[in-house]
Amino acid sequence: MQVYLPIAEMSVNALLVLGMGGLIGFLSGMFGVGGGFLMTPLLIFIGVPPAVAVGTQANQLVAASLSGVLAHWRRGNVDVKLGVVMLIGGVIGTGIGVWIFGVLQRLGQIDIAITLSYVFFLGTIGGMMMLESSRAIIRRRSPTAKRGKLHRHIWLHGLPFKMRFHRSKLYISALLPAGIGVVGGILVAIMGIGGGFLLVPAMIYLLNMPAGLVAGTSLFQIIFTTAAATLLQAATNHTVDAMLALLLLVGGVVGAQFGTKVGSRIPGEQARLMLATIVVGVALKLAWDLFAPPLDIYTLSMGIA
Amino acid sequence: MRWPTRRGVVRGVVQGLAALAGLGLGVTFAATVWAQQMVADLSSHLIAITTGFTGTEVVLFGATDGVGDVAIIVNGPRLPAIVRRKERVLGMWMNTDSVRFSQAPSYHSVAASRPLDQIVAKTALERQQIGAPQLQLDPQENLDPQELAAFRAALIRNKQRAGLYGTNVGAVSFLGERLFRTNIYFPANVPTGLYNVEALLIRDGEVVSAQTTPLVVSKVGFSAEVYDMARYRPITYGVLAVLGAVAAGWAAGAAFRRV
Repeated sequence: MQVYLPIAEMSVNALLVLGMGGLIGFLSGMFGVGGGFLMTPLLIFIGVPPAVAVGTQANQLVAASLSGVLAHWRRGNVDVKLGVVMLIGGVIGTGIGVWIFGVLQRLGQIDIAITLSYVFFLGTIGGMMMLESSRAIIRRRSPTAKRGKLHRHIWLHGLPFKMRFHRSKLYISALLPAGIGVVGGILVAIMGIGGGFLLVPAMIYLLNMPAGLVAGTSLFQIIFTTAAATLLQAATNHTVDAMLALLLLVGGVVGAQFGTKVGSRIPGEQARLMLATIVVGVALKLAWDLFAPPLDIYTLSMGIA
Repeated sequence: MRWPTRRGVVRGVVQGLAALAGLGLGVTFAATVWAQQMVADLSSHLIAITTGFTGTEVVLFGATDGVGDVAIIVNGPRLPAIVRRKERVLGMWMNTDSVRFSQAPSYHSVAASRPLDQIVAKTALERQQIGAPQLQLDPQENLDPQELAAFRAALIRNKQRAGLYGTNVGAVSFLGERLFRTNIYFPANVPTGLYNVEALLIRDGEVVSAQTTPLVVSKVGFSAEVYDMARYRPITYGVLAVLGAVAAGWAAGAAFRRV
């Protein structure tokens, strides 16, 4: 069944888009990431203009992360206090990110900047997660291995403005979650993603948050940053396609529900290894696109004065 | 300043067409008194892009006053175009050079009863801008002719790949000597706006008669409303998009509570 997308100005197969939304929603619920880093390349791959892909999927991430949060909420897996502190940083970061985006756009190199940052962040974080989670799995399988300390203390934990987060059983500087929020917010604006793939490992490795709370809390934060991004994109660039978002979010919310249930049954390190594999895979694919000779070295864009 | 809504534009264009048609009728009437060498019309003057739009065909039909060849040229609205060229920088392919063309047809197709080079002189092809290679594309900056040729060819190649520029030789079929018809295809990604359909009667390598018919490509129904709102009330649209997503997420969360 073909459906015409009024903003993207193209016709797509509705079932294909529903399926894509469902798949990404499933992964999003399972790992607590928004899935934007997978959806943007997928949408561009089926021919949606990059700007529309970025604006639209911010919109669908609002729904996907909200329905994901509801499931986590019922299980008591959301640390609202920590989430709000991160969100404050996230809003500041989004502002900075929009400014950087504007500068890059004027320099005419926004496309390659986006791809390069995808390759860099996905590659680095995916690689780190892959290494860590496979180590954790090996450690668990050899019973002679010594159990590590509950918290490792590094200089980051000596920062001022200490706050107590009861839900996560943490006593850390508020600057730490807020700082993670700022970096996440910058990436939301530049890469057009929820930023979960960055928030989740940062919360695990920098904050030493209990793994069970990470997914719910990052999704909680992502609801608000993606809602802000949707408003911004709609108001300034007219790049939010409601029809495409509707298809994606119908698939996405259904997928997220099942993903959350499957995710709660998979041991943390195995889930992280699976996520890391996907992240590294996307990074390699994007890196390949950067270096492989393009189909046509000339591209055309029309209608811009 | 408030921009006219898309529907307002359509209404205006339709009224304009009605006026034109009335004028055309008068001209046709006057012309038949001498000799109407060719008449042609479209099966539809409006291509409506609805939610289920997957591309469409419009039939052009007409009659000539005797033996001759017919070529049909369809041009979409002219828009500025930028062609960018990638180069290897540190092993990566990135955009380096670009050329701006002040205007290029967003759609251009040619249908003819026989191969163009057999029925019409090269000079006439260029004069009438028949076929993509003959299009007049002026760059905004001064350019070395070789470079210009490369960028021009790239513009045409990209348009052809998108299915928006094309030549369809033999697509005009004659029923007997005088009646002719052709199907003009518009793909799903057809740009919206006012199109110009030109029918040319060709004898002995020269265009002896020409007739122009307008054609409107416009979004209608739900997709038009979405487009209008996104364009002219972007903040309301953004708020609605967020609220819709919140409602959908909430509904799904509630519906799956017991799964």
